[in-house]
Amino acid sequence: MADINVNIAGIQMKTPVMTASGTFGYGLEYADLVNLEDIGAIIVKGTTFNARQGNDYPRMAETPSGMLNCVGLQNKGVKYFCKHIYPKIKDLKTNMLVNVSGSAPEDYAQCAEQINELEHIPAIELNISCPNVKQGGMAFGVTTTGAASVVKAVRAVYHKPIIVKLSPNVTSIADIARAVQDEGADALSCINTLMGMSIDIERRRPRLSISTGGLSGPAVKPVAVRCVWQVAQAVKIPIVGLGGISSAEDAIEFMMAGASAVQVGTANFINPAISVKISQGINDWLDNHGYRSVQEIVGAIL
Amino acid sequence: MRKYQKNLIVSEVEHLSEKYVLLKLTDNEPLPEIHPGQFVEVLTPNSKTLLRRPISVNYVDRDNNKLWLLIAMIGDGTKAIGSLRPGDLLNLVFPLGNGFSPVQKVGEEVLLVGGGVGIAPLLEYGKYLKENGAKPSFLLGARTAADLLLIDKFESIAKVYITTEDASAGEKGFVTQHSVLQKKNFDRISVCGPKPMMMAIAGYAKQANIPCEVSLENMMACGLGACLCCVEKTVKGNVCVCTEGPVFNINDLTWQI
Repeated sequence: MADINVNIAGIQMKTPVMTASGTFGYGLEYADLVNLEDIGAIIVKGTTFNARQGNDYPRMAETPSGMLNCVGLQNKGVKYFCKHIYPKIKDLKTNMLVNVSGSAPEDYAQCAEQINELEHIPAIELNISCPNVKQGGMAFGVTTTGAASVVKAVRAVYHKPIIVKLSPNVTSIADIARAVQDEGADALSCINTLMGMSIDIERRRPRLSISTGGLSGPAVKPVAVRCVWQVAQAVKIPIVGLGGISSAEDAIEFMMAGASAVQVGTANFINPAISVKISQGINDWLDNHGYRSVQEIVGAIL
Repeated sequence: MRKYQKNLIVSEVEHLSEKYVLLKLTDNEPLPEIHPGQFVEVLTPNSKTLLRRPISVNYVDRDNNKLWLLIAMIGDGTKAIGSLRPGDLLNLVFPLGNGFSPVQKVGEEVLLVGGGVGIAPLLEYGKYLKENGAKPSFLLGARTAADLLLIDKFESIAKVYITTEDASAGEKGFVTQHSVLQKKNFDRISVCGPKPMMMAIAGYAKQANIPCEVSLENMMACGLGACLCCVEKTVKGNVCVCTEGPVFNINDLTWQI
């Protein structure tokens, strides 16, 4: 048995496979269908300072090898999370990370400040890349100054590891990565969804309520691998790779490109137990190829 | 209620028409508890589509340990499901959603209104109501007589009222025009079918002051309340149809009826 333990910015995980925000609820939704303890970390649904109703239905469209969504960060706000959800998830035997979002550096910081108080949340993922909210979200993630301003504001009030989730919808993801590293980010998640669109030609209208949405699933994988590879050459902090991962081979591809860990997103919808299957598959692959540790393949092509 | 991911065995495939297939699935273990009106997420057995397809449970045959799914073959996903053969395996995540209301009082008259493939969950619900002391009746609408599905099964459970748009069976017109709605007083109504039909019946029920619930079929991805794609606007805000529904009391929705 190869060693698949990883440590991302101080977060100790027994497998490099995590579940991506927005695809795994608060973990509890999947509890009947997969052993949550066998997941490296669960990143819970995007949380904002104030409650958000999200966008109107329809919020989803299936596309070739992928799906578009425009959920728009529907959540009940950080206070509700701390009071009603945290007590239910704090004793789960895995790393529970919170994805923090906002529409101004101040409300990212206000949200992170409250999560800083939660003992059993070892880190946050900072979402500066949501394509589905009008103000904020991706607006910060597409410029170096915007990205840096959010990380700086949160860094001042949040004292545990910060993983910054980057947008692929940029000219140079490496520049953004460097900018957030310089402001004290501890790790990076690459990548959030790609902005896309789909039209129902019979009804002559967009399939999504706000016309555009974020593309995820196997269709985006090559773009994500490229982003991880470019970012890995630009920064020293660890990278968590995601974008269309649905098999152990996919995960290994990301790790060879420079990711120290991976997240599974859309594939959870197809097989709720896929994250654990991928962990087992990584282990088998390492054994079959004579590796003793998963560390040996991280950045193998760099 | 515990959820499962299982490979069920396709034991029978009945082609009801060019468009509709009835799949009867079985398992080596007894099927889990399933409430009428709940649904399953089916993994489509082809590579053209990515996501699972939510399909309502048509009937649970406990004597033979069989779960029936009525499939309307419309897109690539449902066509692939409909082309399965006996002996094939079908991967299901189930049972999902809340299901229809339990019996409210013994002897209550419950009208179950369905149209198109929306008739599917009403068969199981009608059976449940009858077995638990209520008096169900069915009101089923279709374009023509050829589009009426499983009528003998419905008739074996309760009285069936029919409308067709071309008068080829039952009364002519839409379900809302059937004379039984004027003649008989029902204690409550449950509806599953195309949204305009559900809204029309909901409007009738509201006016007649009859409690009414509808089963929605919003597009969904996870089926577990995680992705928040299938939301419906309610008096409590946006809620997931897959977990808070698919069955809603019309008073909880924000429909303009």
